[in-house]
Amino acid sequence: MGRCSKPCISESMHNILKGYGIILVILILNFKKKGALNVIELNKVSMLYPGTKDPALEEMSLKLNSGEFLFLVGPSGAGKSTLINLLFREKLPTRGGIYFDNKDISAYKKEEILQHRRRIGMVFQDYKLIKQKTVFENVAFALEVLGYSPKEIRIKVPEALKKVGLSHKEKAFPKELSGGEQQRVGIARAIVKDPDLILADEPTGNLDRDNGLQLMELFEKINQEGTTVVIATHAWDLVDRMQKRVVALAGGKLERDEKGGYDHE
Amino acid sequence: MNRYAFGYCMRQSFQSLSRNAWLALLTSGLIAISLVILGGFLLVTTNVNQFIRTLESNVEISVFLEEGVNAGEVENRIRTVEGVAEQTFVSKEEGLENFSRTMGDPTLLRDLEGENNPLPDLIRVRVTAPEQVAVVAEVVEAYPEVELVDYGEELVTRLMLITSRINALFLTLGVLIAFGAVFLIVNIIRLSAVARQEEVVVMKYMGASNGYIRFPFLMEGMVMGWTGTVIAVTVLGIMYSRLSSAFGQDSLILLFQPVTDMERLLPIFLGLMIMGTFMAGFGSLVSIRKYLRV
Repeated sequence: MGRCSKPCISESMHNILKGYGIILVILILNFKKKGALNVIELNKVSMLYPGTKDPALEEMSLKLNSGEFLFLVGPSGAGKSTLINLLFREKLPTRGGIYFDNKDISAYKKEEILQHRRRIGMVFQDYKLIKQKTVFENVAFALEVLGYSPKEIRIKVPEALKKVGLSHKEKAFPKELSGGEQQRVGIARAIVKDPDLILADEPTGNLDRDNGLQLMELFEKINQEGTTVVIATHAWDLVDRMQKRVVALAGGKLERDEKGGYDHE
Repeated sequence: MNRYAFGYCMRQSFQSLSRNAWLALLTSGLIAISLVILGGFLLVTTNVNQFIRTLESNVEISVFLEEGVNAGEVENRIRTVEGVAEQTFVSKEEGLENFSRTMGDPTLLRDLEGENNPLPDLIRVRVTAPEQVAVVAEVVEAYPEVELVDYGEELVTRLMLITSRINALFLTLGVLIAFGAVFLIVNIIRLSAVARQEEVVVMKYMGASNGYIRFPFLMEGMVMGWTGTVIAVTVLGIMYSRLSSAFGQDSLILLFQPVTDMERLLPIFLGLMIMGTFMAGFGSLVSIRKYLRV
């Protein structure tokens, strides 16, 4: 023991620092985890639009874990878009509850609704890009709205554009892009703020099969990085190809919930 | 809204204005037209009021005195009557001289000079307000030194009736035109907001707060409104200065002197600028209200 001199002290110091390092990493991970979404639950959700007889959704229950990839399929009027709107908290259910990490989003106050929406990246069938803004500006817009600094925007926007393969189109305006490219900008805009959840309503509805497939692969890549993805779609061939969890709706009711293709039969 | 968001809002407002420059200019132009109509009306009203006031201030009471009374004493008594603004003594000699001059030939009434002068001494009384004329005349007529009082009773009554009717008409028209201008401005701005409703919806989906969405629209609306008011005030200013100098030079219109003092014109022009700017901002907020309900 008496022989333990300088090397021994440095080894102890090293171990202590290593210990602090591990604690720091755990703290960081915990901190990140704290804000991240773990589970989404729908408990007997029904939705009846004013002036209609038939409910758009009826007694719908569903559980979605963080990092899942889910297709919502079904014919027009099955309730896919309604479900997307409910998850975004654009609409409120007539009955039942929607819970994000056990918190009922129907009870959210104004500021909580904003925070909720900021955790979600929306992708639309008609892209919803602002015509007067360039590709860079359209993507940056999602961060500006949330009060990111110009420095952060200069870093995050090129990253997002790189992910969707549009780094070279930064200065182009939407009208100069193809449909597939415009949708990629829409996806870049959705992912740039590192959302917990991506909600896409018929994202390939205006695209040909090849472009649609490329987009699905892009969504898969985003999902693999840890983001939960929910896609409402009619594109049976793409769903068949992806072989993910499929929730089939018909007449507002849950018809099937399992991993596989578009059609169970 | 943090400082970055504020900066983006400002930049976005001016970027949007420059990228939609034609729409912005058209909006400003239409705002200018509605303000020129309102401003023109206000200027006409101000001038008509001035004209009526000039007419009213020219109404006077002629107090004809009995023969041989002390005019100075009567003047002193009249001075104490409430509502009297000023008085002028016109002796019978001056009266005859004035009358001769009016006839165009000073020699024509030479035979009536001196003791043959049939005219009485006269005091011309001006009152502070036209509605005081009848009251003052009644008081003065009761004086024993006074032979007769004349103030064109019918003319004063008619003048007062016309004045009150003109005031009521101009007030009604003014309110209607002001409402019309506000309605026009709000709807013009609404059109430009409708053209950008998609942007509002996108902002909402991005998680933008209503304040963040409203701010650039408010700024844009106010900038367009302000531009419109500058155009309107410039056009009105040029038109008015030309018209007023043309009227001012016309010696035939003796009673009508256009309002030129800035004390009365400035509130109109400033009022137009403030109203145009704020109405356009208000219009913007009203226009995007329904798109915020996402």
